[in-house]
Amino acid sequence: MGQAYSAGLTVTESIVLRKDRLLPLKGEVLVKKGDKVKAEDVVAETLLPGKVIPLNLANKLGVTPAQLVNYVKVKAGDQISKGTVLAENKGLFGMGFMKNAVHSPNDGEVESISAHTGQILLREPRIPVQVKAFLDGVITEVIPNEGVIIENKSAYVQGIFGIGGETVGHIKVLAAAPDEELSAKKIDESCRDKIIVAGAFIRLEAIEQARKMGVKAIITGGIDDQDIKKILGYDLGVAITGHEQVGITIVCTEGFGKIDMARKTFDLLKKFEGFKTSIHGRTQIRAGVIRPEIIIPLEFQEEELTFTESKLPILEPGTLIRVIRQPNFGQIAKVVGMPKELTKVESETMVRVLEAQFEDGKVMRLPRANVEVIES
Amino acid sequence: MQYDEKRLTRIVATDCGSTTTKAILIEWVDGEYRQTVRGEAPTTVEAPLNDVTKGVINSVQELEELARLKYNNPNIKFMENGEFVIPRKGDVGVDAYVSTSSAGGGLQMMVTGVVASMTGESAERAALGAGAIVMDLIASNDKRMNHQKIERIRELRPDMILIAGGEDGGTVKHVVEMAELVSAADPKPRLGSGYKLPVIYAGNKQAIPDIEETLSEKVHLMVTENIRPKLENENLGPARDKIHDIFMEHVMQQAPGYNKLMSWTMGPDHDSVPIMPTPAAVGNIMQAVAKAENIEVVGVDIGGATTDIFSVFTEEFIFNRTVSANLGMSYSISNVLASAGLPNIMRWVPFAIDENELRNMIKNKMIRPTTIPSLLEELVLEQAIAKEALRLAFEQHKEFAVTLKGTQRQRDISEAFSQSTSGATIVNMMTLGLLVGSGGVLSHAPRRHQSVMMMIDAFLPEGVTRLAVDSIFMMPHLGVLSEISTKAATEVFNKDCLIYLGTCVAPVGKNKPGKPALSAKIQLPDGTVFEEDIPYGEVRLLPCGIGEVAKAHLKSHGGTILDKDKNKELDIDLHGGLVGIVLDTRGRQPFSLPEEPQARISALKKWMRELKAYPEEILK
Repeated sequence: MGQAYSAGLTVTESIVLRKDRLLPLKGEVLVKKGDKVKAEDVVAETLLPGKVIPLNLANKLGVTPAQLVNYVKVKAGDQISKGTVLAENKGLFGMGFMKNAVHSPNDGEVESISAHTGQILLREPRIPVQVKAFLDGVITEVIPNEGVIIENKSAYVQGIFGIGGETVGHIKVLAAAPDEELSAKKIDESCRDKIIVAGAFIRLEAIEQARKMGVKAIITGGIDDQDIKKILGYDLGVAITGHEQVGITIVCTEGFGKIDMARKTFDLLKKFEGFKTSIHGRTQIRAGVIRPEIIIPLEFQEEELTFTESKLPILEPGTLIRVIRQPNFGQIAKVVGMPKELTKVESETMVRVLEAQFEDGKVMRLPRANVEVIES
Repeated sequence: MQYDEKRLTRIVATDCGSTTTKAILIEWVDGEYRQTVRGEAPTTVEAPLNDVTKGVINSVQELEELARLKYNNPNIKFMENGEFVIPRKGDVGVDAYVSTSSAGGGLQMMVTGVVASMTGESAERAALGAGAIVMDLIASNDKRMNHQKIERIRELRPDMILIAGGEDGGTVKHVVEMAELVSAADPKPRLGSGYKLPVIYAGNKQAIPDIEETLSEKVHLMVTENIRPKLENENLGPARDKIHDIFMEHVMQQAPGYNKLMSWTMGPDHDSVPIMPTPAAVGNIMQAVAKAENIEVVGVDIGGATTDIFSVFTEEFIFNRTVSANLGMSYSISNVLASAGLPNIMRWVPFAIDENELRNMIKNKMIRPTTIPSLLEELVLEQAIAKEALRLAFEQHKEFAVTLKGTQRQRDISEAFSQSTSGATIVNMMTLGLLVGSGGVLSHAPRRHQSVMMMIDAFLPEGVTRLAVDSIFMMPHLGVLSEISTKAATEVFNKDCLIYLGTCVAPVGKNKPGKPALSAKIQLPDGTVFEEDIPYGEVRLLPCGIGEVAKAHLKSHGGTILDKDKNKELDIDLHGGLVGIVLDTRGRQPFSLPEEPQARISALKKWMRELKAYPEEILK
């Protein structure tokens, strides 16, 4: 029997995670190797360079770029404040009549002055940026001036798509079953600061209610494309998300439309109800695949932290799979055969298939491209 | 370095795409080069594997497996201990391994010019022609404030920047100002932080000392010939070559696993064969075809994320390439919906479908980009979306492939009264000789008839146009293979790569539904004669196989014409193909579909049935 590589999302009750927490530019790391950190702790910080503001001094003074050197009052590297005189001419007949001065429009620093173009570049003051740990764990590596690597043992679920940035809260399962559509009525004051779990679907009305109740994040099987559009205020062209400022993080475990949450995922979230959880909706399908993550840190001893590099999931007889396209979209099955020959499917496409046995015992041939390995 | 069949008997070529790594085997069999088997595997340039060579190994393993089956020889293998065995020793090894790459987002560039529509466009053309994706064009006159330009340069993180501007001997101030903005932004390269961003200067040569003074400390500056030495002249070659050098020497070095991959690509004497950006390799092949056949050619490659269009037009074989960065069939499929609008997609669908269901289906394809339509209905929908992606990409191409702007031309008396000005498109569908489709949705359509339908509906060829597809998206492989064996590349191109589908005949102009549009008398290769006065708004498909020719007498009616000389009557040889000859009287300029949904659906069904595009059950 053959095997093949496939796409897959991880759903597991225990995994050793290893996360980079890096600054966008070099800066200062505030923790050291071996430190235990909480998700909310700041681990590194830096100052981002301020915006650059170009001004054409020569034009403003009415002189040529080459002449500018005679009038300029600052030099590269000088600290300036709003109103600092950057350059001034001597006025009419050198007597100060109709003297013209150019003042700095902001606080900051002089970046450069060009004798070719007469341009001065001013840089606004630096902007502080902090990186938080995002997950409870231990610092296993410090990358000097750049950030840290945090490891922990967690229950872990990868979503397929999400919106909204990193947040931390406690899990509260609202749906009674993985095929339930979450009603807005179930979302009340008790959900404040929680990460709530829906079943197969959540509509805009319920999402709005969750925002109103101060819910930190929603985990759902499926969501409607038009509801996402209404929340974001625009239609998603390409799936690069996570930067949205919509007041809530949403993670879909299955996809768009009403799709039952995989039983394994639902049961896992149920099992860890009440646990502190780190979650983000960041998704990038292209150029560096990033999927949303639900991280539920567990108690661990440091010697348990033996990190294994992830491998491409393998399809072979016995592998548990989820169907990710019609027909049978969303259903779970087990691989029972991996025929080698190309097979014609309904659309007349010749594809490599696998034989999958569904929970009701029925066996079907499906394109290998249309399944996803459920990793544990 | 070129090798002959004595040295090259078995070659593996791969294309590391953003989703899939595609491997093909080319062999010298019975006195000719043929492409024999192909394999593919997911590209592994990204996490968790972060090594492009893993995907190459997986695709080559599939190749080995299929070659063993084909020759019933379990001893065949191309790699040992995770590396190619070169040269071949009997069943083991290959004589050369070559590769193209667009993985990890391909080559991403930013270009600058002084006037956006002049030096800016030339810089864009050079970058696109070299196979890059142009992330942004920043020009002195592009209406953004300077501080906005600086912010933009800083946030883009390209692989390299091309700075152009000014004709030789002209003013230096503007181009130096652009260099100052680049310097102020202090841009960092996309991959890796341990090296300086490569910047190519290809502007006014008088400004070189000032440019060097402004930039040489902050970036890795390289100077080449001016891209636009005079307004009337474009000189893209040196800048394109420089881009290729840097792609290999700087950018690829930073991508995960590429150092190893670069050490693998070699000929039989272990001489290195540079990895080429995928679109540059496709451009190589397209130009070779246009010149060899002396025809105008349009080629399209519709991928998961982007759609590339290549064209070779005019007697000077002017080559243009555009990349529609957000028009594609998987990663960007949702953007096709957003750009085209739902009604434009639905107009190609011959059945009613719930709008929400369609939107969710499109979004699911976006988040799971490697799935394929298993149900017939989903195939029809994907092909409707493909038509719109192709149409939009081609519109962008027509706007870009234009005569040089800002030039003064002497006009003769006839032109003085016409609208021809600088900046007019050189894409002329009436003189186009060959339209080549490639990319999954066109090359892998279950029926070739579907490829013909998609290409005709999206590109609306005019007059007489031959249609072909790249059978299994082999053009990149052959483009890079030509570097070590033009013979192997062209033989395989003619025999295995290009599959002629047939010829489309489409009278151009207005007419009225039901009125005769085209009288055709066509002697078919089997001796039968097809004769019909075809009404306006119809499609006919006539059998005429690959390598066969039908002798046609065509006469158009009403306000329609058949060729660039405005002839209404033609005697012409029509070339056949896998699908045949399509007579399309649905009109051009304008082409329109019935407005009323029922009428539209029934017209679509009629055309699809005539074109044998889909099984009867979906057209009932």
